[in-house]
Amino acid sequence: MMYTFDFSSLWAYWPEFLAGALTTLEMTFAATVLGLCIGVAGAIARGSRHAWLRVVAGGYVELVRNTPFLIQIFFLFFGLASVGVRMPVLAAAVLAMVINVGAYTTEIVRAGIEAVHPGQIEAAESLGLSVPQVYWYVILRPALERVYPALTSQFVLMMLSSSITSQISAEELTAVANNIQSITFRSLETYIVVALLYLVLTVLLKSGFWLLGQGLFPRRRRLGTPL
Amino acid sequence: MSVVVKLEDVHKSFGLVEVLRGVSFEVSAGEVVAIIGRSGSGKSTALRCINRLEKIQSGSIEVCGRRVEAPDLDLRALRQDVGIVFQSYNLFPHLTVEENIVLAPRRVKNVKGAEAHALARTALEQVGLSDKIDAYPEQLSGGQQQRVAIARSLAMSPKVMLFDEVTSALDPELTGEVLRVMEKLAKGGMTMIMVTHEMGFARRAADRVIYMHTGKVWETGTGAMLGSPQTPELKNFLANEL
Amino acid sequence: MNGGFSLYYFYYLLEGMGWTVVLSALAFVVGGAAGFIVMLARISRSAALRRLVFVYVQIVQGTPLLIILFVVYFGLGIFGVEMPPLFAAGLSLMIYCSAFLGEIWRGCVEAVPRTQTEAAECLALTRWQTLRDVVLPQAARIATPPTVGFLVQVLKSTSLASVVGFVELTRAAQVINNSTFQPFLIFGIAGLLYFALCYPLSIWSRALERRLNVSRRQA
Ligand SMILES: Nc1ncnc2c1ncn2[C@@H]1O[C@H](COP(=O)(O)OP(=O)(O)OP(=O)(O)O)[C@@H](O)[C@H]1O
Ligand SMILES: [Mg+2]
Repeated sequence: MMYTFDFSSLWAYWPEFLAGALTTLEMTFAATVLGLCIGVAGAIARGSRHAWLRVVAGGYVELVRNTPFLIQIFFLFFGLASVGVRMPVLAAAVLAMVINVGAYTTEIVRAGIEAVHPGQIEAAESLGLSVPQVYWYVILRPALERVYPALTSQFVLMMLSSSITSQISAEELTAVANNIQSITFRSLETYIVVALLYLVLTVLLKSGFWLLGQGLFPRRRRLGTPL
Repeated sequence: MSVVVKLEDVHKSFGLVEVLRGVSFEVSAGEVVAIIGRSGSGKSTALRCINRLEKIQSGSIEVCGRRVEAPDLDLRALRQDVGIVFQSYNLFPHLTVEENIVLAPRRVKNVKGAEAHALARTALEQVGLSDKIDAYPEQLSGGQQQRVAIARSLAMSPKVMLFDEVTSALDPELTGEVLRVMEKLAKGGMTMIMVTHEMGFARRAADRVIYMHTGKVWETGTGAMLGSPQTPELKNFLANEL
Repeated sequence: MNGGFSLYYFYYLLEGMGWTVVLSALAFVVGGAAGFIVMLARISRSAALRRLVFVYVQIVQGTPLLIILFVVYFGLGIFGVEMPPLFAAGLSLMIYCSAFLGEIWRGCVEAVPRTQTEAAECLALTRWQTLRDVVLPQAARIATPPTVGFLVQVLKSTSLASVVGFVELTRAAQVINNSTFQPFLIFGIAGLLYFALCYPLSIWSRALERRLNVSRRQA
C-alpha cells in the first residue's frame, strides 16, 4: 500500500487558490477593522456608569466566548434566512467574524483600559482636556499600545477561524479547497497546499501587524519595552 | 492685591467621613502659600476641591472670579486657569516629553505646530530640562519627571498653580532640584499653593503658611510661625516632623 | 417529518452533547500528554530539538484546525482502511492541543524563577529531579487557570468534528435543523448547551486566576 503524492494536477488551479487566499485576507481585514471598533465600544461599555450597558456588554462577551464559532455562523446565517433576511454569503461570514472577534477584543481592550492609572486621567482632566479627548489621548491610545500584541494574535486566530465560514460556502480559501478536491480527487494534496497557504497568510499577517505597530507606536519602536 | 483663590467655610465628606470641616482661606495674586499638616488632615482634599477634582458639599470656592461649586461652571476654563502637579507625576507614559507638554495647549487652546514646539522649549527651559525634549518619561529620573510635570502645567499659562507633595516620592538629592524650580517660579511672581512636608522649604519660600488639623485651618501665619507655634497641635506636629 | 421541535429532538441533542464531552475529554487527555512532551522538548538542552518542536508548534498554530482535520482525515484515508470519524477528529484535536498546551505550559515553567532551579542544582539534584520536584509543582499552580481556560477552547473546537460526519452536538443540531427548519431555535438551544458546558469552566478559570494573583501578591 504505497501512496504516491501528486501535486502536479493542482497546478492548474493556482488562480483559484490565489483568489481564495485574497478573499480570506479581505474578510480578515474587514473583520479586524470592524471588530476593533466593536471591541473599543464594548470595552467602554463594560466600564460604563450605566449598569444596563455593563450587563449588555458583559452578556455579549460571555455568550460569544462560550459558544463555538460554527454554531454562531449557523445561527446567524440560517436563522436570518429563515426569517426572510437574505444576505450575501460573504457578508454573513464577515458579520459572524465581526461579532465573534468583537467579544474577544472587548476583553483585551478592557484589560488595557483597566491598566491605565486613574492619576493619568486626573492629570489630563486637570489640563482642561475634554472627556472625549481624555478618552482618546490618555486612555485608549496607551491602552491599545499596551495590548497590541494580544490584539494582533487574536486577529491572526480570527483569520484562521475564517476557514470555518466555508461551512456556509463563503468562497474563501478553505471553500476553494473543498471545490478543488472534489474535482481533482487529490484531497490530501489539496489540503496540504492550503495548509501551506494559511501558513504564508499567518506569516504575512504577523509581519504586517508588526510593521503597523512600528508605525503606530513610536515609543515601542524607540525603546523596545512594553508600556 | 486681587484675590485669586478664596475658600469660604468649605465642607467635604467622603461618605460619612467629613474630611473638610469648614475650611476658609484666601490667596492673592503672586502669593505663595504652603499648607502643612498631619497625614489625613485634608490637605490634598482641599487642593483637589480648588480645581474640582472633588466636589464640595457646602461653602464656596472662588477661583479667578469663578464660583467653582456653581452648577453651570465652565470646568475646562477653570482647569486652564489652575495648574496642578501631583506627587506621582502622572506623566503620560506613551508620549515624549514634548508631546506631554504640548498635548493640552494643542487640543485645548488650539496652539499650532511651531508655536507649540516653542512653548514646550520655553517651559522646559524654566525647569532646566531642555535636553530631554525627545525623551520618554521612563527614561527620566523621578526628579526630572516631576520637573516635566511642572513644565506641562506651566505650558498652559495657569493663573495659579497647585502642588501636592510633589517631592514626597523623591530621594533627598532629587528633591532639591524640584524645590529649586519651585522657588524660581515663586520669585517669578507665580501664584502658588503647595502642600508640603518640607518645613525648611515652606519657611523659606512661602509668604504664608497654613496649618491644617482635622479638616480645619488650625493656625496660619508667615514662615516665622513655624518657629513660634501658638497651638499645642502645631507644636506637637512640628516636633514630630523634625 | 416536519413536525417541529419535540422532546425527541432535545434528547438527540443531549446525546450529541454527550459525544462532545467524550471527544473533548479524549482530545484533552491525549493532547495534554503530547503537549507535555512538546513542553519538555521546548525547554530541552538540545537546540536542534528545541528548534524542531518550535517549527512544529508554529505550523500547527498557523494552520486552521479545520484544515488540520481535513489533512488528517484524508491522510488516514490513504491507508485504505475506513477510519471512524471519532478517530480522525480525536487525532486532529490532539495535534491542536499538543501545540497550544505545550506553549502554555512552557510559559508557566519559564515563569518559575530561575533562582529555584539554581538552588535545586546547588543541592546536587539532577536536571530531571530539579524539574520534577522543584519546577513542575510550582509551574503547575501557575498553569492551572490557563489550562482550564484552554479546556473551553477544546470544547468549542470539537464542533468542527461535525464536518467529517461525527455526530456530536453541532452535527446533531444540523441534522435536526435539516428536518425542522427552525435554525434560530435549534442552533440557539445547541448554543445554550455549549454555553452550559463552557461557562462554568470559564468562571472556574477566572476564579483560579484571581486566587493565584492574590497568593502571589502576598508571597
Ligand atoms: N476618594 C476618597 N474616598 C474616601 N476617602 C477619602 C478619599 N480621599 C481621601 N479620603 C480620606 O480623607 C481624609 C483626608 O485625606 P487627604 O488626602 O486630604 O489627606 P492629606 O492631608 O493630604 O494626607 P497626606 O499627608 O497623607 O497626603 C483621609 O482620611 C482619607 O482617607
Ligand atoms: Mg495628601
